[in-house]
Amino acid sequence: MVSNLVISAQNLDLTFQTNDGPVHALKDVSLKIGKGEFVSFIGPSGCGKTTFLRCIAGLEQPTGGQISVNGMTPEEARKARAYGYVFQAAGLYPWRTIGGNIKLPLEIMGFSKAEQAARVARVMELVDLSGFEKKFPWQLSGGMQQRASIARALAFDADILLMDEPFGALDEIVRDHLNEQLLALWARTGKTIGFVTHSIPEAVYLSTKIVVMSPRPGRITDVIESTLPKERPLDIRESKEFIEIAHRVRDGLRAGHQDDV
Amino acid sequence: MFKRSALPVLTVLGVILALWYAACVPMNSAWTAQQLARSGATMTVTETVGAAWSQDRPRLPAPHQVAVELWDTVVMKKITSKRSLVYHGWITLSATLLGFAIGTSLGILLAVGIVHSRAMDMSVMPWAIVSQTIPIIAIAPMIIVVLYSIGVQGMIPKAIISAYLSFFPVVVGMAKGLRSPDAMQLDLLRTYYASDAQGFWKLRLPASMPYLFASLKIAVAASLVGAIVGELPTGAVRGLGARLLAGSYYGQTVQIWSALFAAAILAACLVAIIGLIEKVALRRMGMRQ
Repeated sequence: MVSNLVISAQNLDLTFQTNDGPVHALKDVSLKIGKGEFVSFIGPSGCGKTTFLRCIAGLEQPTGGQISVNGMTPEEARKARAYGYVFQAAGLYPWRTIGGNIKLPLEIMGFSKAEQAARVARVMELVDLSGFEKKFPWQLSGGMQQRASIARALAFDADILLMDEPFGALDEIVRDHLNEQLLALWARTGKTIGFVTHSIPEAVYLSTKIVVMSPRPGRITDVIESTLPKERPLDIRESKEFIEIAHRVRDGLRAGHQDDV
Repeated sequence: MFKRSALPVLTVLGVILALWYAACVPMNSAWTAQQLARSGATMTVTETVGAAWSQDRPRLPAPHQVAVELWDTVVMKKITSKRSLVYHGWITLSATLLGFAIGTSLGILLAVGIVHSRAMDMSVMPWAIVSQTIPIIAIAPMIIVVLYSIGVQGMIPKAIISAYLSFFPVVVGMAKGLRSPDAMQLDLLRTYYASDAQGFWKLRLPASMPYLFASLKIAVAASLVGAIVGELPTGAVRGLGARLLAGSYYGQTVQIWSALFAAAILAACLVAIIGLIEKVALRRMGMRQ
């Protein structure tokens, strides 16, 4: 059994009604995520990985099954500001400075001015952006903007961090660097992270648990517990263990695709 | 940027002036020919052209005649004089500014309502569009007559006609601006459990600013047109519209053209002022122009 259960989904179903008939986005998805785990969701587009993340966030309503976040419904968890969400695009407000952008959730949640300033300074240091507080988003590179958006999600100290392909739009080198930083950040904060990606090396490098999904209907085909140590330098990706796990992920993805080919 | 655009602008201006001077000759020579036939005298070609460019009441006044009239009525007359274009311009401008203020406020309020209430979107928007399909020249006299019958006259009716023209671009632009944040931006606010009011003040309103300024430039020019049109049906004696009207009654083409240019210059200045405010405001908001 998973200790300190944070997220638990039981036989989750979600069907979207579209003009072309119903789309089965999630079918019978069951998963348990414990405190402090780093869980990646990987699969081809349409496999429901983003939809599942949005269900955890209470942004989508499942049509069947149960899901709980911190022992609450996702809606209640959202109200309790239980998680920070990082989208594929940084989505910083162009009319706010980087500091102002990170302050946005704090203003909405009603933190005091002094508390806001202290938290902004702390999370900017956490994502290695100290000194950029007064800059506007267009003055920063894409990777730095995405780091600012991670800082924004961390600012209000939610225990859960949900990330929807946060580095998908960035180039390989920036991506490697951010992956390394994300691991360091995870080690420092001990947050529970849900991470959507379609890069196998990224999923294997980051995760303690890899959830392989496949489309039509969106479902889980394999859950892989990573055997990699917690300390992970970038060159761990050349180790035999890493390659074995990557191989199993690839097999899982291929198995889910068999009916298509 | 200024230097680079100066040459093409001056070239176009030169071509227009040349065409204008050329057009004056056939337009005004008929009158010269009549005079000559009456007196039995003859004229050389150069003299004919010279005469076409210097008549008192030409069909088409030459550019320099308009320029001289503008100089006389703008700079040389005291601004309290009934012959001063500054005086008439101010009468029209004050109605324009009041109408612009009313139209802009109304436009913003309607846009906020339209974005937040589906019922208003369905009910107000079609009427706003219909309102602009009615020719302003047809509805202006009715507004003035109706308001006059309840004792309102002078600047207010003109301002209302001006607001009638200017609210529309503001509604359309502002509604588009308030709706400009994409689904991801709205989802982000949902993850914070932000209220609708917070979403409005922190996201929708600032996001709409570039759209609002684009609309304001159109609206301020429309306001001026509205104020001038509002002066026509009453036979007003003051304002740029009154100058246009009086000029056409008495065949004072030079006066008509100079009032026309005064109105155009005024409109250009108003649009430029909005443009300047836009630049300063958006720069202060950190949005690169």
